Amino acid sequence: MVQVRIWGSLASATDDQTEVEIEAGTLRELLDGLAEKYPGLKPQLDRGVSVAIDGKVYNDSWFTPIRPDSEVVLLARLRGG
Amino acid sequence: MALDAKMDGKLDFKVVGTRVNRPDGIDKVTGRARFGADMTAPGMLVGKVLRSPHAHAKIKSIDTSAAEALEGVLAVVTRADFPEVELDEGTWDVLDNCMAGEKALYDGHAVAAVAAASESVAKKALKLIKVDYEPLPHVIAVDDAMKADAPALHDGRQVENVPEGMGANVVARYEFGHGDIEAGLGKADKVLERTYKTEATHQGYIEPHACLAQVGSDGQADLWCCTQGQYMVRDTCAAIMGLSQSRLKVTASEIGGGFGGKTTVFIEPVALALSKKSGRPVKMVMSRSEVLRATGPTASSSIDIRLGMTEDGQITAGFAELRYQGGAYPGSPVEFGSMSAFAPYDLENVKTVGWDVVANRPKQAAYRAPGAPMAAFAVESAIDELAKGLGLDPLEVRLKNAAREGTKAAYGVTYPAIGLEATLRTAKDHPHWTAPLGENQGRGVACGFWFNFGGNTCVTLNVTPDGTVNVIEGNPDIGGSRASMSMMAAEELGVPYERVRTVIADTASLGLNDVTDGSRVTFAVGLATIEAARAAKREMCKRAAMVWGIDEEAVVWEDGAARPSGPNAGKHDPMTLADIAAIASNTGGPIAGHSEINAEGAGVSFATHMVDTEVDPESGAVKILRYTVFQDAGKAVHPDYVEGQFQGGAVQGIGWALNEAYIYGEDGVLQNPGFLDYRVPVASDLPMIDTVILEIPNPGHPYGVRGVGETSIVPPLAAIANSVSAAAGVRMTSLPMSPPKVLKAIQTG
Amino acid sequence: MSMIHVTTTINGVAQEYLCEADETLLDVLRDRLGMTGSKEGCGTGDCGACSVTVDDRLVCSCLMLGAEAEGRKVETIEGMAEGETLHPLQRKFIEHAALQCGICTPGILVAAKSLLEHNPNPTEEEARYWLAGNLCRCTGYDKIIRAVMAAAEEMREAS
Repeated sequence: MVQVRIWGSLASATDDQTEVEIEAGTLRELLDGLAEKYPGLKPQLDRGVSVAIDGKVYNDSWFTPIRPDSEVVLLARLRGG
Repeated sequence: MALDAKMDGKLDFKVVGTRVNRPDGIDKVTGRARFGADMTAPGMLVGKVLRSPHAHAKIKSIDTSAAEALEGVLAVVTRADFPEVELDEGTWDVLDNCMAGEKALYDGHAVAAVAAASESVAKKALKLIKVDYEPLPHVIAVDDAMKADAPALHDGRQVENVPEGMGANVVARYEFGHGDIEAGLGKADKVLERTYKTEATHQGYIEPHACLAQVGSDGQADLWCCTQGQYMVRDTCAAIMGLSQSRLKVTASEIGGGFGGKTTVFIEPVALALSKKSGRPVKMVMSRSEVLRATGPTASSSIDIRLGMTEDGQITAGFAELRYQGGAYPGSPVEFGSMSAFAPYDLENVKTVGWDVVANRPKQAAYRAPGAPMAAFAVESAIDELAKGLGLDPLEVRLKNAAREGTKAAYGVTYPAIGLEATLRTAKDHPHWTAPLGENQGRGVACGFWFNFGGNTCVTLNVTPDGTVNVIEGNPDIGGSRASMSMMAAEELGVPYERVRTVIADTASLGLNDVTDGSRVTFAVGLATIEAARAAKREMCKRAAMVWGIDEEAVVWEDGAARPSGPNAGKHDPMTLADIAAIASNTGGPIAGHSEINAEGAGVSFATHMVDTEVDPESGAVKILRYTVFQDAGKAVHPDYVEGQFQGGAVQGIGWALNEAYIYGEDGVLQNPGFLDYRVPVASDLPMIDTVILEIPNPGHPYGVRGVGETSIVPPLAAIANSVSAAAGVRMTSLPMSPPKVLKAIQTG
Repeated sequence: MSMIHVTTTINGVAQEYLCEADETLLDVLRDRLGMTGSKEGCGTGDCGACSVTVDDRLVCSCLMLGAEAEGRKVETIEGMAEGETLHPLQRKFIEHAALQCGICTPGILVAAKSLLEHNPNPTEEEARYWLAGNLCRCTGYDKIIRAVMAAAEEMREAS
């Protein structure tokens, strides 16, 4: 299981938890697992998120490996200027 | 594939880190370089846009018959001329912003367009278009727009997490942080509560948007335009026009500044529609007034801060509520303001709440570290005021609370190696920090943060038969990136910089490249360039092995040549890149390397800025006396252009802090759509901008490169406000700090 | 509308053109003569990207009519280098990385050349005030001013 930190305003979709556990070995499994376990997250996942894994930010590389002890943080989808 | 590069530990650079001349230099100093408006096509028409004079109005009908009948007019388009296609919400907003549908949502919103044989005929035709508007109540200021009874721009655009009862213009809510704010504030010796405000500012690129579109009857289309991303233009326009992406070829011109403002489209779909309807090439060039009324700007903001500090300078809790209006459509960068506000600090208790708000203003576009400068203005002003109120040194307070490797950032991530502390220590040891100040003068410091990112990137590197090299990349060169790519390719191949020429491909000639944004180019395109060069080296080693009759594994590439290596390699003279290129045809064909990646692993970036100002107590005018930027670049590939990014960002920040603002009348019409009244900094306003480049390598890049383009605009708003507050003896909490505002603050204390 | 016939000298070459009465010199240069080195950043004389000299006087070509160039001597960015040889200002701009995007560069070079013709030994402050009518949004002006001062020094030493 991977511990996933989500941002506060999403907690209404996760029974008020800002840390949730998902069974995932890759970024794709993580995103699919989140949507399945917490359907309320789906609108935001569809709008787009970035995911920080051990301090590095990933956008959409599905097969990025995630270790069980990785620090995983959901972020608003990054854009820049 | 996703590429997670690792820092090589390479330190003995030969080309990287030098200050070579840029390859496009001569074209740009002689006037030969071709920018957006510099292209023509045979039989070309002039396209012009009719814009709403109302801040908010229902479009009841548009009568284009008189314009169509005018001699020399070949096409008139309205929203009805765009195909009925399925679009995602974001792309629909872009289309609606390019050409209004049911309502005009701001002063300057496009409602119709013409293509005519000349500029003067096109202008005449615009006057003949009759639009029947039903004016609606409008709202401009963010705090007004949030009210439950404010005029609503849209129905049903609130996302699921906006609480019930909020006004319809509040479209999204974000919350970040950890710990317990009230408990943290309870431990403080002093708590500050303040509201800060910033105005909308424009990116202010000197080149107005321009494009030349040509749509053939076979459905193939070509588009030339100034943009930060030709692939973004292709994908957006193809969706809007119902074209397949391969049928639309987009070529990026030289780009005359962007700063985020050219990461979307405004006139390009309109030019395509006009060309399709007229059957002729159509060129469109915006006027400055159109640029200011209908493109850019950034969000305006209103931010509440609560900050607690102990007597010895420990921040016990930080709270920010950020309200950003991003113009007429959802998507203000408030989530980035909320994520970055406290990012430079190691806080036990921190929370930010962000509100995305729509108002009757042009759709905001990204502006250099979007959303972060306003948040930093609020937080860094509050830290400064608390520190000074407690008699503490503001740099020491920042050092005491600085985020370090292992700090859990307010936005949730635990930092790897970062450079904030290094910028603060360097600032503290710099002579600027202890230089004497005179009467009415003050010094301010502030820190800033930006995420940076990577993204989709393709690079092809061709070795020519004469032993020189072309690098082909797909990101418009907005500040010298062709030089940086050539340098990295030369470094990797071991050839002189002058033997490498980098060109920017059109969308048909190279795979997808994400927009030039997020400070991604030197990092991500650099990564792909290095990978492409390494692929070419492997191929060249293979060719040398064939010639020598030894195993590929027994050949290494060193100092620009393949060399035998290892116990069984035998004795062979090295073969240079030119030697191998000359016999490429004999050894298997042309030599090229390529790299297609979704680059991840961009490193976050921090800066500290220090500024001295003098305030004229008679007029309230502020003079910038001295300015020093301290920023981590990871590795500065071309130090001149790294310094240039630091200096340019600082000066845009100076404009934001002191002069620049969108000013609206009661009627919701923009009052200052020109460079006379929207005043960006000029040479005589400024001193030299000193820079100190720090190099804390990014572990996610072979040379340690970090993006540098955006962070430099984050600290200046607060650094200048802290400096002016010290000089004027009164705390400034609203931007711009224009002379009347400063004078009033001095007079009312 | 009947066109106006204009005879003028541009970058030392005799030039004739027809233009409309309300057409700016900038539009004539760019759209009729194909000299797109002068840029339009504002059309109101605020940004200086269209700077040219007319009878050795620095003007915004967006504020002057094409018809007013009759009998005058116009110099644009296209005439600044002599063949392959760059003007010292052009060379120093490249060496000092005084441009990022380069859109303001032609106007700033024309204005700086005019400065050095009027004042071969400007102070930094004089250079900053002379160039205050030329907007640059990329560089913060630092490297531009350094390049102008370096070119002035080289030109003084050469003369």
